[in-house]
Amino acid sequence: MAELSMREAYGRALAEYGAQNERVVAVDVDTAASTLSIFFAQKYPDRFFNVGIAEPCMVDIGVGLALGGYIPFINGFASLLSLRALEQIRTAVCYARTNVKIAASYAGLSDFKDGATHYSITDLANLRALPEMTVIVPADAAQSAAWVPLAAAFEGPLYLRLNRAGALPAYQPGMPLQIGKGLTHRPGRDLTLAACGAMVGRSLLAAEQLASQGIDARVIELHTLKPLDRELIAQAAEETGALVTAEEHSIIGGLGSAVAEALAETCPVPLERVGIRDHFCPTGRDPDRLMDACGLAVADITAAAQRVLRRKQSGMKQ
Amino acid sequence: MKILTPEEISRLEEIARQLRADSLRLIHRRGAGHPGGALSAAEIMAALYFQVLRVDPQRPDWPERDRFILSKGHASAVLYAALARRGFFNLAELDNWGEVDCPHQGHPDRFKTPGVEMTSGILGHGVAVGAGLALAARLDHAAWRTYVLLGDGECQAGLVWEGAAAAAKYRLSTLTALVDYNDVQLDGPVHEVMPVEPLAAKWRAWGWHVLEINGHNVRQVVEGLQTAAEIHDRPTVLICHTTKGKGVSYMENQSYWHGNVPNADQLRQALVELGEVQNG
Repeated sequence: MAELSMREAYGRALAEYGAQNERVVAVDVDTAASTLSIFFAQKYPDRFFNVGIAEPCMVDIGVGLALGGYIPFINGFASLLSLRALEQIRTAVCYARTNVKIAASYAGLSDFKDGATHYSITDLANLRALPEMTVIVPADAAQSAAWVPLAAAFEGPLYLRLNRAGALPAYQPGMPLQIGKGLTHRPGRDLTLAACGAMVGRSLLAAEQLASQGIDARVIELHTLKPLDRELIAQAAEETGALVTAEEHSIIGGLGSAVAEALAETCPVPLERVGIRDHFCPTGRDPDRLMDACGLAVADITAAAQRVLRRKQSGMKQ
Repeated sequence: MKILTPEEISRLEEIARQLRADSLRLIHRRGAGHPGGALSAAEIMAALYFQVLRVDPQRPDWPERDRFILSKGHASAVLYAALARRGFFNLAELDNWGEVDCPHQGHPDRFKTPGVEMTSGILGHGVAVGAGLALAARLDHAAWRTYVLLGDGECQAGLVWEGAAAAAKYRLSTLTALVDYNDVQLDGPVHEVMPVEPLAAKWRAWGWHVLEINGHNVRQVVEGLQTAAEIHDRPTVLICHTTKGKGVSYMENQSYWHGNVPNADQLRQALVELGEVQNG
């Protein structure tokens, strides 16, 4: 994979940002060489803490550091943070409203060689359900880096979902990045592709393919799963009349569910969801081909677009 | 080390007695709560809030204050009683404790009750959160200390030991844990439900300085906490041997009173035994 990985972009950005903000500290769980919080650790050894293989403990150490006035970025694998440490996140971060930044790496299928134990395909569902939590899913390496100072400046619990791998570039530096405000990457009138994470770049490719078939697909990015940009979704529904969501996550509880909820309450239009369809995924040779094999291929997006357009058109006839 | 005078000891013992009576009145009026573990911790709370902790009720956010976490958050009644008597708020604020419009929650909430440093209630968190606080104090070169009170049953939770390991690794000598070792938990005696022994050896093996004291002896509690402040290379734990339901004969050592509420007659008997009201 030629492009920079999201984890490396994040790790370098955190290390760089650490020079500007001395209140930023980092904690890891024996995965610093994987999450690449190691760049921060090497630069600021006094502000880095490795607590070993103990995610619940890392969350609570982060909570204590936040109570003491620091801005902890806690680093680990999304699968473990969102499952093993979910109670600590719920109680000590969300309910206690502590200023902890959860940098959840190896998300989705990006840890392609380790398999279903390490994939994180339910973290967005878990985290999105927690009151007080803000959930951010960067689209690519550049955006992963751009979120670091924004996350640090944000006061409150924040979950930053990062991939081990890279992603097709989608974010152009200078695009207005704001929590809760989606991005429109491509205008379009026939339908809307709404994506997050590594599926943003794939949705842009899908939109190009659809264009060659005469279908004008809008592409919006919902990098903030919570609070969701319901206005952008409702506007897309009103103006294009059909949506497809695309996420590197289970179709249960993640972006597809969030958009379905928003549509149902604002502007119900046909919706198709591209995501992992409620099953565990196998190991693969590389993340791209694994995603392709697990229902996240560009062709899966274009097929969903075709389906949703048919539903939209049959609805119009009635 | 400061030696407590007999008058100071009597004062703390009297406060502990009041905290017991307050706790039972609060739990009775609310119709919910955890009396057994509130009563077992009364001397510990009296020693902390009325002798050891550097806090200012007028400035709950004073940056240099010591931090106390009630990791066994279900003993909220004794914490609320201590904070109120220390002057953080008026105890009358708890007259409608349990109603949805009462700010003070069933378990401590750091935003709802002045003086509560950390929201608690789920067991296991205090040592690890306290370790994070102690790290923050170290980064700031600050003098304040962190104290965590946890239950003995709580020591069955793995997170306690994750936090203990981290505190030992970073030699967090400003962190002091106190274990309210009353040997009774919800379902029965701790040594039957899930033995925690050898508890002192475990903490020692985890790299902590260990002191074992009588948790109902205010002098021992205060001296133990003073000793902890003189240990500079590791965190200290005070294993406080206590009696669940201490001070009320029918509650002592009974797991039933972990989480049950005394009725009016039972409350009256308890208050008589605690010297609050005359019998008959």
